[in-house]
Amino acid sequence: MLQKTAIYTISISLLIIIGGIWAVDNLNLLPVVASSNAPIYDELFKVLFVIGIILFVGMTGLVIYSLIRFRKKPGQVGDGIALEDNLPLEIFWTAVPAIVVLFVGLYSYDIYERMGGMQSLSTNSHDHHSMNSEGRVWGGIGLTSQDAIERNSLPMINVDVTALQFAFLFNYPEGEIVSGELHVPRGQPVSLKMESKDVIHAFWVPEFRLKQDVIPGQPTVINFTPTKTGKYPIICAELCGPYHGGMRSTVVVEEPEEYQAWFKQNSKQPEMEL
Amino acid sequence: MSISLPPATENNSNSLQPTGWLRFISFSLDHKVIGLQYLVCGFIFYLIGGVLAGAIRIELLSPISDFLARDVYNQVLTLHGTIMIFLWIVPVVNGAFGNYLIPFYVGARDMAFPRLNAVAFWMIPPAGLMLITSYFINGAAQSGWTAYPPLSITTPAAGQIVWIVSVLLLGGSSIFGGINFIATILKLRRPGLKLMQLPMYCWAMLGTSILVVLSTPVLAGTLILLSFDIVAHTGFFNPALGGNVIVYQHLFWFYSHPAVYIMVLPAFGLVSEILPVHCRKPLFGYTTMVYSIMAIVVLGLVVWAHHMFTSGTPPWMRLFFTIATSFIAVPTGIKFFNWVATLWGGRITLNSAILFSCGFIVNFVLGGITGVALAQVPFDIHVHDTYFVVAHFHYIVYGGSVFVIFSSIYHWYPKFTGKMLDEKLGIIHFVLTFIGFNLCFAPQHWLGLNGMPRRVAEYDPQFTLVNQISSVGALLMAISTLPFLWNILYSFIKGEKAGNNPWQALTPEWLTTSPPPVENWSGEAPLVTKPYGYGEKNSDEGGSPITQA
Amino acid sequence: MTTIPSTKEKSEELTSSEHQHSDHRLFGLITFLVADGMTFAGFFAAYLTYKAVNPLLPDAIYELELPLPTLNTILLLVSSATFHKAGKALEAANSKQCQKWLLITAGLGIAFLISQMVEYFTLPFGLTDNLYASTFYALTGFHGLHVTLGSIMIMIVWWQARSPGGRITNVNKFPLEAAEIYWHFVDGIWVILFIILYLL
Repeated sequence: MLQKTAIYTISISLLIIIGGIWAVDNLNLLPVVASSNAPIYDELFKVLFVIGIILFVGMTGLVIYSLIRFRKKPGQVGDGIALEDNLPLEIFWTAVPAIVVLFVGLYSYDIYERMGGMQSLSTNSHDHHSMNSEGRVWGGIGLTSQDAIERNSLPMINVDVTALQFAFLFNYPEGEIVSGELHVPRGQPVSLKMESKDVIHAFWVPEFRLKQDVIPGQPTVINFTPTKTGKYPIICAELCGPYHGGMRSTVVVEEPEEYQAWFKQNSKQPEMEL
Repeated sequence: MSISLPPATENNSNSLQPTGWLRFISFSLDHKVIGLQYLVCGFIFYLIGGVLAGAIRIELLSPISDFLARDVYNQVLTLHGTIMIFLWIVPVVNGAFGNYLIPFYVGARDMAFPRLNAVAFWMIPPAGLMLITSYFINGAAQSGWTAYPPLSITTPAAGQIVWIVSVLLLGGSSIFGGINFIATILKLRRPGLKLMQLPMYCWAMLGTSILVVLSTPVLAGTLILLSFDIVAHTGFFNPALGGNVIVYQHLFWFYSHPAVYIMVLPAFGLVSEILPVHCRKPLFGYTTMVYSIMAIVVLGLVVWAHHMFTSGTPPWMRLFFTIATSFIAVPTGIKFFNWVATLWGGRITLNSAILFSCGFIVNFVLGGITGVALAQVPFDIHVHDTYFVVAHFHYIVYGGSVFVIFSSIYHWYPKFTGKMLDEKLGIIHFVLTFIGFNLCFAPQHWLGLNGMPRRVAEYDPQFTLVNQISSVGALLMAISTLPFLWNILYSFIKGEKAGNNPWQALTPEWLTTSPPPVENWSGEAPLVTKPYGYGEKNSDEGGSPITQA
Repeated sequence: MTTIPSTKEKSEELTSSEHQHSDHRLFGLITFLVADGMTFAGFFAAYLTYKAVNPLLPDAIYELELPLPTLNTILLLVSSATFHKAGKALEAANSKQCQKWLLITAGLGIAFLISQMVEYFTLPFGLTDNLYASTFYALTGFHGLHVTLGSIMIMIVWWQARSPGGRITNVNKFPLEAAEIYWHFVDGIWVILFIILYLL
C-alpha cells in the first residue's frame, strides 16, 4: 500500500516537473528576457512554479479524492474512523515542508546574490555626477555578480532618473542629455540613480525582471546589463495619483554603435568620448 | 442515547431590554445578538465593497480609462480595500462568529465584558457610514488602503482625514473585541474545562486577539502621525521637511501584516469546527494545531517588511524578512495537512458547509504557494505591486476567509435562526462562487508576471482579453450572491425547522435550543471535554454519542 | 465526552461567576494597557529610527534642557508613591487618609502638566519646525494627554471615596485599583520617554 502510494506520488511528481519546465519555457508565462539578471530570475521561477504545482495538485487531489471516496452514502449510519494523530506521518509532513522551505530560502538567497541583490549599494552606484552627492542610497540592486566581475573592462553608463507625476526623466550627466526615453547600449552595465520629485513612484521593466521604488528625498539605485536589443516598457509600479496607469516610458536597448550615435546627436557637450 | 432540552423562554429577567427583532437594532448586551449584528452589518458592507469591485472590473474591461473619472477610480479602489478589510472580514470572522460562539465554547453565559462588546460593535456603523459618505461629499481618500505618504498628504485632505478617523474607530473596535476575547477565553471557562479541551476556534481567537492587541495600536499611532502631517504640516513622513516615508511603511506594515492573520486565523479556527462535524471524525492533530497557531502568531509579528522588498530597504533587511516569512509556511502547511487528514477516512456529507470548506482548502493552498513565492526577495522584485499580488491576496482573503464565512453561515444558520437553509440553493451558490472566483483571479497571476501593475485603470492592450475574462468571473461572483441572499431570507421565513442539533454535533452551542435562550442553556453549561469525539472508536456503542439513523 | 449537569447547581454557578467578575476587569484593563503601550512603542520606534537614519538638518534647532523634565520625573514618581499610599489607606478602610493621598496625587499630576506647559512655552522650537521638534511634541503631547485623563480619573475616584454611600470601600476597591494601575503605567511610559528623548 505504502509502496504503491510512493510510486504514484513519485511518477506524478516527475510528470509535473517535466510538464512544469516545458510550460515555463513554451507558454509565455513570463516576458522575453532582456537583461543579464533575467535568466537567473527565470531559473528561480521554474523551481518555484514546479514545487507549487506539485503541492497544489497533491492537495487538491487529496481533497477531491476524499470527497468522493469517503462521502456518506445514502442510508449509511455511523461515523468515520476515530483517527486523531499519526506521529510518523506528522513528523514527515513537518520535516519535508521545513526542508523544502529551507531549500527554497537558501536557493533564493543564492539567486538574489547572483542577481546583484547583495551588492553594497554605495560602492556599486555611480559615484560621480550624481545629483545628490551626499545622499545615502536607501534601496536598490547591484549588477549581477557575473557582470560585477567583468565590469572593470566596460565603462558604466550612469543615468540619473527623476520620477514625477506622471513621467520619467532621464538625465545623462556626462552628456548633459535630458531625455524622456532611456537609451542604453546592449552589453554594457548601466547604473540608474533615481529620485522622485513628489510622491513615491516605482521603476519597473518586466523584461529586466527589476523593480525599485523611486522615493522623494531618498535616492535608490538599479544596476543592470541589457542583453537583447529592442524597446521595452518602463512601468510605474507604485500608486502615484490619477494618472498612475498611464505613467510609462520606454527603455531602448540598441547596439553600441547606434547608442553612440544617439548619444552624440543629443549631447550638449562638444565631442564627448565615453 | 439522545439529548432533549426544554424549549427556550423568550423573556428573561432583563425586562428593560427590547425583545424580538428590536434587539438587533438596540444596544443589546447579549453576545448572540451582538454577534449577529456584526454578521449582518458586515455583510451589508461586503455588498457595498462588492459593488465597488464591480466598478473596478467594469473599468478594466477596456484598456483605457473610460468608465470612471481617474480620481474617482482611485477612490473606488481605496474604499474597496478599506471596506473589505475593516468593515467585512475583520469584524465578521472575529466579531460575528467570535462573539456568538466563544461564550458557548468556554461554557459561559456571555463574554467577559458585555458592555464593552456592545460599544465595540456600535463603533462600526458610524465609521463605515462616515467612510462611504465621504465619497459623496468631498471625495473619499484616493491613496489606496495603504495610504502611503507623500501621496496621502498631497491628495485632497478631507477624504483622507475622514478615512483616518474611520480606520481609527474601526481599529479601536477591533482592540476592544480583542481584549474581550482574551479575557473570556482565559478567565471565563466553566469549572472542569481545561484549555486543551477547548474547541480549536477558541485557540484561533486567542491567537488572533493577541495579534490584535499588539499590532493594531501601532497602526493607530501611525495614522495619528499621518494626520498631523496632513493637518498640521509636520514632516514625519515628508522628506522635504526632514522626514522619512519609509518609516511610515514600516509602522503601517507592522500592523497590516498581522492584519492578514487577524483575517485568516479565525477562519482556520472555524474550519476546524466545521470539518469534524460533517466528516464524522475527530479533528486531526489537536495539539499540533494549537502549536501551529501560536507559531503563526509569533512569526506573524516579525515578517512585515516583505511588503517593502522594492522599497527603501537594505539588502540584509530584505534577506532577513525573506527567511522569516518563509518559515510561516511550515505551521500553516501543518494545519492544511491536518484538515485533509480530517477528511480522510470520514463519512462526509457533501453539503454546502463542507463544499465551501473544501473550496477554502484548495484556494488557500494556491494562495499559500504564491505567498511562499512572493516571500522570496528576487521573485518579488518582479511581481511586487502587480496583479500577481492582487491575485495572491484575493486567493487568501476571498478564496480563504470569505469561503470560510460562507461555510460557517451554512453550518451555523440553523443554530442562529432555528431554520435550515435550502441545500440545493447552497450548492448552486458554491458552484457559481467557486467558478466565478477562480475565473476572476487565476488569470491575474499571468497579468502580473507579464507586466500589468496594480491600481490602474488603463493597461497595455495586449492584456485586454485576459482582463475581460477576469471581469466575467467577477460577474459570476456577483450573480452568485443572488441564490445566497434568497436562501437566507426565504429560509428564515419558510425554512424547515432545524431543531437543537441538526448536524448531531458535539460542541456546546448544539446542546441547546435553536436559537438558544438568552442565558445560552436553560440549565447549567454542559461540560464538553471532547469537542471532537466523533469516530467509530470514540463511543461505547460504536458510534458518536449523538447518532440517529 | 459530554456532561449535562442538573439544574440545581445553577444558583451556585452564578454566584461564583459574579464573584470572579472584578478580577476580570483588572485583567481587561491590563490587556488594554498592553495595547496602549504598543501605541507608544510605535512612536518610540519611529523616533529611534529617525535618530538612526535621519540626521537633524544643519540649520534646524532642537535643544532640550534637563531641569524641568527632571522635575517632572520626580513629580510623577512621587505621585505613584502617593497613589500607592492612597490604596493602602483604602485597604485599611481609612477613607479620610485615602482622600488626602488621592488629592495629593492629583495635585502632583496637575503640577506635572503645568510644568510641561511651562517647558513648551520656553522651548526654542515649535511643532512644525523640524522632524525632531514634531516628534518631541507628538510624544510628550500624547503622554500629556494620558496624564490629563489620569488626573481626571483620580479626581473621580476621590469624589467616589468622598461619597458617604461608600461607593469605594476596602471591598469594592476596583475603581481605585484600576486608576492606580493606569497611573503607574503612565508613570512608566514617562520614564522610558525621559530616557529616550532627553537622556539619549
